Amino acid sequence: MTVKELDAIRAKKQQIIDVRRLVREQAEEMAKHTAYRKQVLVCGGTGCTSSHSKQVIEHLEKTLAECDIHDVLVVKTGCFGLCTLGPIMIVYPEGAFYAQMTPEHVETVVRKHLVPGGEIVKELLFQDTVHPDGSITPFAETPFYKKQMRIALRNCGVIAAEDIEEAIAAGDYAAIEKVLTSMTPDDVIKEVLDSGLRGRGGAGFPTGRKWSFAKASAGDVKYVCCNADEGDPGAFMDRSVLEGDPHCVLEAMTIAGYAIGAHQGYIYVRAEYPIAVERLKIAIKQAREYGLLGKNILGLGFDFDIDIRLGAGAFVCGEETALMTSIEGHRGEPRPRPPFPAVKGLFGKPTILNNVETWANINPIIMKGAAWYSSIGTEKSKGTKVFALGGKITNVGLVEVPMGTTLRDIIYEIGGGIPNGKAFKAAQTGGPSGGCIPADLIDTPIDFDNLVAIGSMMGSGGLIVLDEDSCMVDISKFYLEFTADESCGKCTPCRIGTRRLLDLLTKITEGKGEPEDLEKIEALAQHMKTSSLCALGQSAPNPVLSTLAKFRKEYEDHIYNHHCTAGVCKALLNYTIDKEKCIGCGMCAKNCPVSAITRTDYVAPGHKLASFEIDPAKCIKCGVCQGNCKFKAVERK
Amino acid sequence: MEHCEAKCGTAEQEKALEAVIEASRSTPGCLMHILQEAQGIYGYLPMPVQKKIAEGLGISLSEVYGVVTFYAQFSLKPKGKNRISVCLGTACYVKGSDKILEEVEKELGIKCGECTEDGLFSIDSCRCVGACGLAPVMMVGDEVYGKLTPDKVKGILDGYKEASK
Repeated sequence: MTVKELDAIRAKKQQIIDVRRLVREQAEEMAKHTAYRKQVLVCGGTGCTSSHSKQVIEHLEKTLAECDIHDVLVVKTGCFGLCTLGPIMIVYPEGAFYAQMTPEHVETVVRKHLVPGGEIVKELLFQDTVHPDGSITPFAETPFYKKQMRIALRNCGVIAAEDIEEAIAAGDYAAIEKVLTSMTPDDVIKEVLDSGLRGRGGAGFPTGRKWSFAKASAGDVKYVCCNADEGDPGAFMDRSVLEGDPHCVLEAMTIAGYAIGAHQGYIYVRAEYPIAVERLKIAIKQAREYGLLGKNILGLGFDFDIDIRLGAGAFVCGEETALMTSIEGHRGEPRPRPPFPAVKGLFGKPTILNNVETWANINPIIMKGAAWYSSIGTEKSKGTKVFALGGKITNVGLVEVPMGTTLRDIIYEIGGGIPNGKAFKAAQTGGPSGGCIPADLIDTPIDFDNLVAIGSMMGSGGLIVLDEDSCMVDISKFYLEFTADESCGKCTPCRIGTRRLLDLLTKITEGKGEPEDLEKIEALAQHMKTSSLCALGQSAPNPVLSTLAKFRKEYEDHIYNHHCTAGVCKALLNYTIDKEKCIGCGMCAKNCPVSAITRTDYVAPGHKLASFEIDPAKCIKCGVCQGNCKFKAVERK
Repeated sequence: MEHCEAKCGTAEQEKALEAVIEASRSTPGCLMHILQEAQGIYGYLPMPVQKKIAEGLGISLSEVYGVVTFYAQFSLKPKGKNRISVCLGTACYVKGSDKILEEVEKELGIKCGECTEDGLFSIDSCRCVGACGLAPVMMVGDEVYGKLTPDKVKGILDGYKEASK
């Protein structure tokens, strides 16, 4: 394909995409210039697919055919962000945001809204978009979307993820056109350097510097890699980009190839992400067919191709050298650095590796310029960051905010706060390498450096909210179980250190902790940080150290008082029956798996049957009795 | 499964494996890809299959075995017809996925990592399928079940037991 042909595709579908991006009145005007009276976008990301969005699409197409409607375009997109309300369906040009759709709801929407002259079915809308006076607020104005700024996710939930022409119309491949027609490799690197973009995979290394090192390395063969091995449990930013806008990654990698002088790229992606892998395969195939990958891209003389390599479930492969070892087909063990990958990386050649979200920022930087990009964010962290909000928060989903947004805004404004009236306890960022941020630091503007200063780290963008029911010792133990399990075993400080830290934490959660254990933990953690080979071992103690610094009392409570305030650590719990509340129905005794509950002789005043009691020696603290008691007579202390 | 010890499964399986090895052997770093394909053919990676791959690529069996045992996705043991995978990622864990796993184990009478005697179910835990909006989740085969509570587990498993009758 030539530049001219690319421009023609963009022009052909531009108006269709614009309908989805304009405000209502303008969108309605624009829709008149397209072949479609209405467009229905249904999320086909992992979250919504898991809540059966496939059936929604099938039913939608079936009902439209039944009603003889042919001027409505059905589009399967990537993630809209609000995963907890899936499956989500948006109707343009109105921008009507339907949530939690079922086949029955689809039927109603088609017959009442999508038919000519139909009207929005208000009761099926995402209720935040319905104003008390009955008017409809654009979903971009709701608290969840209002404070967001979508750069990396600009096309997610906007375009058909499996259609390269929609991607082109939405702006993908405009940057490679600009780069190949009007920029030298040095211009590209300077633009990325000046933008202040830092790697979104965790460490925050300046992307432009990485590229300039690789360009400076001598050699005819160089590689460009994409880290899509999103191993941090609870993080799904990269997956959403790959599912929603895979072409933006392919384009950005091609740009990097041009900048450093590489002609081959690899995307290393988790096998646990089947939808993302499938969309990537489709995207690569289409890009080759359209001459946007392969030999002589856009007829402008540059060759670049990309292959996919599937991971096989090893967290350590998110570390750059381990990832390269894995692509080479070996056990994914990290290598000592230096030499850094920019000098000697994949197959011993100069290599750059960036993560998916980093790649997603390249097109806007090239198109809108470094000055624009660096005007967003804080002094040392430019641009936006995507977070996967999870845990005890109302709006679980994917959000993108400018660097410097406070945790309070993310959790209470965008996230909608903590459900069930519970109190916020901490936010965990950075996954198994990060730490917990307590309530008194909730007004900290989030960026790379501030998070490190308060004992956590950005990590890849998982943000798990913990409420009063979470035990911080248990959470530390949870992460250590993870890192002990995922330690590759190559270096001793990590292999044995994670195991020993886990032993100490287990001891504490079982009520066997001793006062000196806390010092032991701190000393061991320091050794691991300074002597482990890679970031996995160096950062594995972070969850423990940060909770120990901010929630030391909780650890001490476990050790000295054998008490777990949150009521999580089983060995420290005691179940008792309040004999005054017990009506003697026997549901607890009937369901007790170890027959630890027996009837007493005591009949409480006003009751007819004798109450029950729990034998603490037999009790395994499973909590079944509490779940079965309708009279709230079983207490956990 | 005894026949597996002597040769590599059925004739069709063996043929499929040979085709995969032949198609990929010249690609640098092809071992992982071949193992993934082989696991797709056999459901797991018994020793004769590993030996065949080692011979096909001209590398030692210890190298193949080292890679197989490094990655969580590869299994040396056969899995159940319905592979249950309970997510123990952070978002699911803080919403009580450990209790879901306990319930599945109790319901099937096996532990995580094991397979029922009738071969109908096997249980594994996984670290995040990325459906955090639906936490806690478990997968049975490719089907994702979200917003679970322990009392929903029995009904889901019963559905699969019923379907196999």
